[in-house]
Amino acid sequence: MTAIGWTRDEMAERAARDIPDGSYVNLGIGIPELVASHVPEGRQLIYHTENGLLGMESLPEGAEGEPELINAGKKRVAAMRGAAYFHHADSFAMIRGGHLDLCVLGALQVSEKGDLANWSTGAPDAIPAVGGAMDLVAGVKRIVVITQHTTRDGEPKLVTECTYPLTAPGVVDRIYTDLAVIDVSDEGFKTVELAPGVDHAYVAERTGTHLINGIGP
Amino acid sequence: MIDKRVASPAEAVADIPDGATVMIGGFGEAGSPIELIHALIDQGARNLTVVNNNTGSGEVGLAALIKAERVSRMICSYPRTANSTVFPELYGAGKVELDLVPQGTLAERIRAGGAGIPGFYTPTSVGTPLAEGKEHRDFDGREYVFERGLVADFTLIKCRTADPYGNLLFNKTARNFSPLMAMAGEVTIVQADEVVTAGGIDPECVVTPGIFVDRVVEVANPQQESDLVRRGVSYP
Repeated sequence: MTAIGWTRDEMAERAARDIPDGSYVNLGIGIPELVASHVPEGRQLIYHTENGLLGMESLPEGAEGEPELINAGKKRVAAMRGAAYFHHADSFAMIRGGHLDLCVLGALQVSEKGDLANWSTGAPDAIPAVGGAMDLVAGVKRIVVITQHTTRDGEPKLVTECTYPLTAPGVVDRIYTDLAVIDVSDEGFKTVELAPGVDHAYVAERTGTHLINGIGP
Repeated sequence: MIDKRVASPAEAVADIPDGATVMIGGFGEAGSPIELIHALIDQGARNLTVVNNNTGSGEVGLAALIKAERVSRMICSYPRTANSTVFPELYGAGKVELDLVPQGTLAERIRAGGAGIPGFYTPTSVGTPLAEGKEHRDFDGREYVFERGLVADFTLIKCRTADPYGNLLFNKTARNFSPLMAMAGEVTIVQADEVVTAGGIDPECVVTPGIFVDRVVEVANPQQESDLVRRGVSYP
């Protein structure tokens, strides 16, 4: 199979380009984490991790880190000069109280109404685990998703209605996939930009519902 | 003079009875009071309801308490973690119940419980399976779900520095749920890396004021969960 569209790093780079200077940002686990490595020169973002740190940085190359300085994915991280530690109630007051500007997270499915499913496939033998996802999407000002356009089996992840249990209804603003940047508009999914070498029909074919051409022929 | 210091973890947890609700601080291994949990395993209390964000890893600390089948119910937000096999096995075998709570709702339920607030409305989980069967209410055109405050018979937490009055300082992201759980525990037990004399902590910097703390036990150089797991330790 030939690789078509953006790589994971290119998706993260594309998402990073849209984040205004000075934003307070929470990045989910996986491709969203890569966003921090691609912020354009001259912009400063402050990273929040829900386990109690504002001003998170990745560990310097080769550093071992410490077991009590970790991120929400329980990986060891660093704190920038000017960082702050706080307890969980304050951390989720930042989230639920609308103080964070942006949350970037992954998805299992997104519906054309902006419903997000990203915590459970609803499989009966799976142990349910939700973490902070429901709080983040209910409270952060702007919610964007970074995800492959389809599953490994080629099933669309952008759908009319989510079949997996919701994380929250009507919360997603924009989606960055390997094929396109897509807004959740009042009329449904609408393309904002296509990956190089990809045309609108190609993306529409791999989308599980109507995709409005927001770019033109 | 008030002096909340006790001599050992064993003495600190001696009166936790069967059936108690126990809040245990920590987010993953950060802030996990391993020595207090191990003392609780030695002490033998059963049928516990435990509140923690996770379910431990390997076979030490919280995971060891669960493995010893002392926990009948877990209230947590994320029972899956790398190296976490004990809880999934017992949960699959029907030996432990799970009450899954979104992380921010869990934190606020504990805060509310400790602050004398019986319940509150939150937008978190509205429209999801976790809000089913709960009271909903509209405020200013947005829907919210009602959640109850949460209290515990005992709270076990770890901090970096304590004084004899129970004033506490924490270490980096090991703070997490601990200051909230200190408020919500009928009896709050703290293991501190170091205990300083009264006045040794600047009052402007106290994170948890001593009124929320009942017992302080000094555990210098506490064990770290990831280190024990890497060495293949299984407690007891």
